[in-house]
Amino acid sequence: MAKKGDWVRIHSVVLPAGERAAAVPEDTQRVPLELWTKGYLRQDANLGDEVRVVTRTGRTEHGTLVDDAPHYEHSFGDFAPELQRAGDDAFRLLFGGED
Amino acid sequence: MPKDNGYEAVMARKGDIVRSAVGVDYAQFESGSIAFDYEAMMRSTGYSLKDAIEIQRGYAVGSTPLIELKNITALVRKIAKDGYGARIFIKDEAANPSGSFKVRRAATSIFHAKRTGYPGALAATSGNYGAAVASCCAKSGLKCIVVQECYDSRGIGQPEIIEKARKCESLGAEVVQLSVGPELFYTVLRMLEDTGYFNASLYSAFGVIGIETLGWEVAHQCWEQIGKDPDVVVCTNAGGGNLTGTARGLLKAGSQAQVVAASVNLKGLHMASDTQFNKKSFTTGHTGFGMPFSTWPDRSDVPRSAARPLRYMDRYVTVGQGEVFYTTELLARLEGIERGPAGNTSLAAAISLAQELPESATVVVQETEYTGAGKHGCAQLSFARQNGIAVFLGDPKDEVPGESIVIPAHPGLLRAKDADLGHMRRSLIRHAASTVGHAPTDGDITFLAAETKTNEAFVKEALKA
Repeated sequence: MAKKGDWVRIHSVVLPAGERAAAVPEDTQRVPLELWTKGYLRQDANLGDEVRVVTRTGRTEHGTLVDDAPHYEHSFGDFAPELQRAGDDAFRLLFGGED
Repeated sequence: MPKDNGYEAVMARKGDIVRSAVGVDYAQFESGSIAFDYEAMMRSTGYSLKDAIEIQRGYAVGSTPLIELKNITALVRKIAKDGYGARIFIKDEAANPSGSFKVRRAATSIFHAKRTGYPGALAATSGNYGAAVASCCAKSGLKCIVVQECYDSRGIGQPEIIEKARKCESLGAEVVQLSVGPELFYTVLRMLEDTGYFNASLYSAFGVIGIETLGWEVAHQCWEQIGKDPDVVVCTNAGGGNLTGTARGLLKAGSQAQVVAASVNLKGLHMASDTQFNKKSFTTGHTGFGMPFSTWPDRSDVPRSAARPLRYMDRYVTVGQGEVFYTTELLARLEGIERGPAGNTSLAAAISLAQELPESATVVVQETEYTGAGKHGCAQLSFARQNGIAVFLGDPKDEVPGESIVIPAHPGLLRAKDADLGHMRRSLIRHAASTVGHAPTDGDITFLAAETKTNEAFVKEALKA
């Protein structure tokens, strides 16, 4: 249960599939134009509920509650051996040294 | 009666919405035919280059270091023929408050928005410009909304764009994220109408004059550090504002440097395709924006774009995604400078171009960008692998956008490829001619020669074909 005043993330559909702009490629035509934003929840709610939030700029937005206290998880990724090898090789080519 | 906020109705109000959100009536610059008065539009901001420098100083923007990349130059000389290998310098734009050159265009825009009484500013961008606008809004006490194209229909977001969202939020902005599609503009128009915010368009004159200071600084720093003009200045090209502003600043400083555009080659990938969106590792600085915005600048979110790169471009080269990741690694390993990959597109091109020039020549790369989680070679290559892209060491000429990323197995394999600038110039001329129902006037022909950095004979020849 998310509480009124919680910082949450909501999702909505701006344009349903089939109502996309004419110039959009076929694969994109088949899917909706979706929107995500964050704001302070206006009433207690559960994930999946239709809710209203007040965003940081004071706008009211409607949508489906998808996250309570959203946070970031993007990272530096996995080890990329090709990059390390390329860097090591270039270093040796310039400054010398053993393989 | 409530306003009709349907797609067609909002798009039909586009002209009025943009006019009040930029505060410029573009009709005053029009001739009624193809030509319009570009210089009058640039002057209409009321801000001179000196004003832009002062404004930017107020946001702690600019005066970034110009760094000689002595070790990368030495590496280039090892692989170039005898006597060749120009000195390479890089303008460390990551040193700006928001971590990229983009804050130069944000500073002039947001200063103007504040001065003219807008309550906030909105920027439509998945790039570094969002953080730039957020940074200046924070300093100016304005509210800020950044609208990003971020996710595919699986809800999977580009790590680089997600990092930019994080940075915008850290600087106080509201971030609105959308799935793939050009109808982002519809959402932007609705928000501009609802909020009354300033449209901090990447393509308004307010933004592009802000980049003139970058070209101006490059020229002055070269005179100070090497006692002469740079021979070549390489600019990463997407929407065209970076190259346009830099070239204008160089010209205002009296520099005769050759201006080269560089983009990441994403040939074959459709930018509005849901299934191809996450097949690329570069979200900007690529041919998917660089080519169409060069050959038709007025596809932007203002009626007349201030970013008109073919007016200033002497050459256009492309590099592969793997070549840019490799260059990013070289900058870290040989120069001790870790920066974001996308900002190194022009450096990758410079490593190739420097090999064509004598040792006495100078090539300036006019930007770097910040790096961090998501905006990093390892993050991008991991994401590429997760999306079915093959990543390997080899010959970059084997790279197929959307299928593979080839990291050069040797620096000698890194090779910028020339795009057909003549073809692009002719394309712009013919498209312009197709927008009016009559033969181009003499004024149009003079205008198109300036638009394409050619002459009237070239324009007439292109129109015949």
